[in-house]
Amino acid sequence: MALENADIEKIAILARLQVTPNEMNDYTNSISSILSLIDQMQQVDTNGIAPLSNPHDATQRLREDTVTCDDQREAFMAIAPATQDGLYLVPQVLD
Amino acid sequence: MTSKTLVQISKDLAAGTYSSLEITQDTIADIKNRDPIYNSFISVSQELALAQATAADARIKAGTADILTGVPFAHKDLFCTQGHTTTAASKMLANFVPPYESTVGQRLLTAGAVCVGKTNLDEFAMGSSNENSFFGAVKNPWDLNAVPGGSSGGSAAAVAAGLVPAATGTDTGGSIRQPASFCNLTGIKPTYGRVSRFGIIAYASSLDQAGPMCQNAQDAAIMLNAMAGFDEQDSTSVKQPTPDFTADLNLPLTGLKVGLPKEFFGTGLNPQVAQCIMAAVKEIEGLGAQIIDISLPNLERSIPAYYVIAPSEASSNLSRFDGVRYGYRCDQPTDLMDLYCRTRAEGFGTEVKRRIMVGTYALSEGYYDAYYVKAQRIRRMIKDDFNRALSQVDVIMGPVAPTPAFDLGSNTKDPVAMYLEDIYTLSANMAGIPAMSTPAGFVNGRPVGLHIMGNYFAEAKLLNIAHQYQQVTDWHLQKPSSNGLPVSNQEKGA
Repeated sequence: MALENADIEKIAILARLQVTPNEMNDYTNSISSILSLIDQMQQVDTNGIAPLSNPHDATQRLREDTVTCDDQREAFMAIAPATQDGLYLVPQVLD
Repeated sequence: MTSKTLVQISKDLAAGTYSSLEITQDTIADIKNRDPIYNSFISVSQELALAQATAADARIKAGTADILTGVPFAHKDLFCTQGHTTTAASKMLANFVPPYESTVGQRLLTAGAVCVGKTNLDEFAMGSSNENSFFGAVKNPWDLNAVPGGSSGGSAAAVAAGLVPAATGTDTGGSIRQPASFCNLTGIKPTYGRVSRFGIIAYASSLDQAGPMCQNAQDAAIMLNAMAGFDEQDSTSVKQPTPDFTADLNLPLTGLKVGLPKEFFGTGLNPQVAQCIMAAVKEIEGLGAQIIDISLPNLERSIPAYYVIAPSEASSNLSRFDGVRYGYRCDQPTDLMDLYCRTRAEGFGTEVKRRIMVGTYALSEGYYDAYYVKAQRIRRMIKDDFNRALSQVDVIMGPVAPTPAFDLGSNTKDPVAMYLEDIYTLSANMAGIPAMSTPAGFVNGRPVGLHIMGNYFAEAKLLNIAHQYQQVTDWHLQKPSSNGLPVSNQEKGA
């Protein structure tokens, strides 16, 4: 399936990726050729076949909602790009 | 020193021929000296390794050593190592120091193994040549013009070059087996759920599985013994008893039923690779196995289905890299959207961004059923093919890859051409069955691996076959020169 640059722009926004104008054609062409490969699937008759999401057909294993480890807040915050007073800093969201 | 096998090193340590500290220091010196040729390591964890080696020596002295105690190894730089950078070969994580250890890493540390460093890979394990790394491409020790395979190309090159006796790898669509094939190693992708994924940076969670890459099947079995086992912290870990994977190595192959799928021997297969594989199959037949022609009719469909499922799961998994909690962050973001979009654009490489966008598209409104669900239906057809085949035969054999290692740069312009290289390996991940590569010959000086696939949880059977094959062949004993130059040139120089 052939995409156009406008499609890539839309996908890039959904994926939270900035695509610069000089990268645009490359992505449009390569992703179009990947989608052509993927479109071979449409020739396969999959009627009546259930989707397989886990190789063992396993479902999510649940556990008791109890505390299982120590508080590691400081260790996790120490590796963040910007923090203050135990909070992650991001650009201002509200005026 | 480290061109010795894991078992040899373990014996030497027990006999006191050298200490863990000595071999660890030698290993690190060797990496610093020779790895500039291959670029197989992203980092060396010298301080941690020396501390681990010292502790190992104390255990050996106290008589509480395990077989792996004091033995150096390397982690693919996708396994989180507490206190040491874990990059996934991405600019996004170039300075990321995990606050915790992966379960596999913890198990190896508990066994007393010494992690000397982190090996190169395709960024976030996305690639089949190890050319998609922020830290540069890896060269194949057998031929410096060739790729080592990917995505675990650094692990493969490091073991093949004799820098370490063993390394961890991960395999989402062939990333252990194909580099093992390209570098003349024994590498096994276990059954999905056999080895914990906790602390391994996720690519495609329903396909990812970790395993060892070693010089021979016995070493691989010993490594897998330490790595495998149920883990509460991985919700897809399977509650199955973990056998001793070395226990069956010496069983005879009499009566073994080996299936050869005709789809593995079609027009895309290099004829010289086919010759190596057929010679290996003949050898295994000579050990008492019965060879049976079978069919896996949906093999070709594994490519399009995989390249929907893997990118879809990747687009979801990689959404966590947002420049807020860890990893790279762009300079001077103007607002939150700019922070996300520029951080990710600057932090990820081209192939990673391509797969994120393919996955985002496949999961987007209106396309989910046509792409993701359709691919999952094909995934079940592939699993059903294996179930049918494995009710007739014990194991399935074929090539790991259609060609020996290709030249560096030869596939980088066309992602689809690179994807087609994965034709023989993807289906085992789709079905979740165990599969491995064992050395089976050379084509123009470049190694060829024999692919052995088996039923769920039959890793011990696969390792048994590889070990028996290695008792009657010496492909796995062949070593490249110590500097990547052809052996004939070395002789001239000497």
